[in-house]
Amino acid sequence: MLSTSPTRLGLFLQTVVARAYPRIIAQHRRERSWIFFEVLLPMLAVSAYVFVYRAIGAPESYVGFVVVGGAMIAFWANILWQMSSQLFWEKENGNLSLYVMAPTSLMAILLGMAVGGMSATLLRAIGIVLLGTLFFHVQFSLGSVWLLFLTFTLTMVALYGMGMMFSSLFLLLNREAWHLSNLAQEPVYLFSGFYFPVKSLDFWVALGASIIPLTLGLDALRQLVFAEGAAIGFLSVPLELAGLAVLSVVFVVGSRRMLAHMEKLAIREGRLTESRR
Amino acid sequence: MQAIRTQQLGRIYKLRDRKKGEARELVALADVDLEVPPGELLGLLGPNGAGKTTLIKILTTLLGPSSGRAWVAGHDVVQEPQQIRPLINMVSGGEYSGYGLLTVRENLWMFSQFYGIPSKLANQRIRDLLGVVGLSDRLNTKTSELSTGLRQKMNIVRGFMTEPRVLFLDEPTLGLDVGAARDVRAFIRDWMRQRPEATVLLTTHYMVEADELCDRVAIINGGRVLACDSPAVLKRQLQREAIFELEVGPLNGVTPDQLQAIPGVRRLVHRPAEGGAALEFMLEEESVLPAVMGRLADGGVALRHLQNREPTLEDVFVKLVGMRMEEVEGDAVD
Repeated sequence: MLSTSPTRLGLFLQTVVARAYPRIIAQHRRERSWIFFEVLLPMLAVSAYVFVYRAIGAPESYVGFVVVGGAMIAFWANILWQMSSQLFWEKENGNLSLYVMAPTSLMAILLGMAVGGMSATLLRAIGIVLLGTLFFHVQFSLGSVWLLFLTFTLTMVALYGMGMMFSSLFLLLNREAWHLSNLAQEPVYLFSGFYFPVKSLDFWVALGASIIPLTLGLDALRQLVFAEGAAIGFLSVPLELAGLAVLSVVFVVGSRRMLAHMEKLAIREGRLTESRR
Repeated sequence: MQAIRTQQLGRIYKLRDRKKGEARELVALADVDLEVPPGELLGLLGPNGAGKTTLIKILTTLLGPSSGRAWVAGHDVVQEPQQIRPLINMVSGGEYSGYGLLTVRENLWMFSQFYGIPSKLANQRIRDLLGVVGLSDRLNTKTSELSTGLRQKMNIVRGFMTEPRVLFLDEPTLGLDVGAARDVRAFIRDWMRQRPEATVLLTTHYMVEADELCDRVAIINGGRVLACDSPAVLKRQLQREAIFELEVGPLNGVTPDQLQAIPGVRRLVHRPAEGGAALEFMLEEESVLPAVMGRLADGGVALRHLQNREPTLEDVFVKLVGMRMEEVEGDAVD
């Protein structure tokens, strides 16, 4: 007996904003520990690599590579721990059944999680870049701001599309999802080249690692913001952008299909409501 | 048009024993036929594992039936879930929905947005309803800081603020203290009084709750509805029976089985008490009482107190199932 009848788009947008709210506002305002755990602690790993590169006399541009890589790690951690496993935790605390029962779309809920997670993580990533630049005097050489914006946006769409797809998959895997997240963390740090140019890997290994959008996204960003970036880039920026565009479509469409499949399967098997009551 | 209708509704869960690898089936719901007209508060009364929650899950479009059909507000739960969802809501007992970091207002606002309620209207309803349940002073309290009772009141507001046409309350007073449970029941009654077209399906295993709140009660056990009528009519089924509560001294070798075997004794509940026992007899008719008293006197059992009482829904349940609800739950655990 709703006294108002929102349009489908209106309801979709309301849902996205509402579900993003807990992550953007509440978590940042009420859990300030993120500054220590998610900005200062990651700086330790970044610092370690910077000192190693300087000790062995690597080109100074590598320092910038590490700082940017360290910032992008925040997004991968967010995808694994707050995006992929989120529907599973929503089920555990009883939220998922309320989401499914509401007249809104589950896709809007997932998108809200993604937008919230992305916005919150962006703040952390900016913090890491600022601190890294301040401590290690990173020299940026920015060409086109618009190209940089496009690259970052495409990377985020593809990455969070992947996170949304994983979210449905992890829901079906239940507790095994936790192990999967653990399993996906360190190898991706390596194969996506967070602390070194991915070109250093074997071509086919780097190409295989490009299924993770951060591999291409990070490489393109480095090429766009550092003078020496193009010389040690994996593929050309246009090619990497094309790859990211393809990944975006694949993951967003895939997440939608996976979500619909998951909902159907969960309703048939009664998996949506096995919360801890 | 009925607010809720089910036809031969059934649900079977397929379970797999992880150790033995054997598959087995659990019948959670079997051939349930129910019709609930608009404006009615129907109670589903039954022990844990009776099938109450399964029925609610099917009606709220969260679970598919294995057989039969169900309609809510005239829409098929399998074919038209999108038509049903704007019209319903659900509150479960012991629910920990929402996010602990959000305040009460923020949590409720978030859920209101999933129903497309404009923020201004949502905030107004939140304030009004929190006032009714006595939570106005907790508007800006973080949800993680609420006690179980206060949290359940917040959940109640979440369920009611969307003004559902059909509301499902699954054990809404579970785990609440007596005062909080009474407040919740009073709120439900008032809400229904103000909305004559709204329908509530409430599951409970508290007899008093069903008796006090419900227009009709469906007694459910083993996935089957055994009876469905108003509490008064259900209790009238036992009008011929006589129920006596006795407090006696030591039984001196007289066993409950011997007492149960007296012709005309329908049921005996025996509870050991300090220095004796409490006995509750359901007799076919009052005239059986002298035989019971005679057997106790023959055994030298001292009578301390005798009282005739009116039948309750629990007596109706026992008559239909053959056991008290706690006994059924004990068996179900095994």
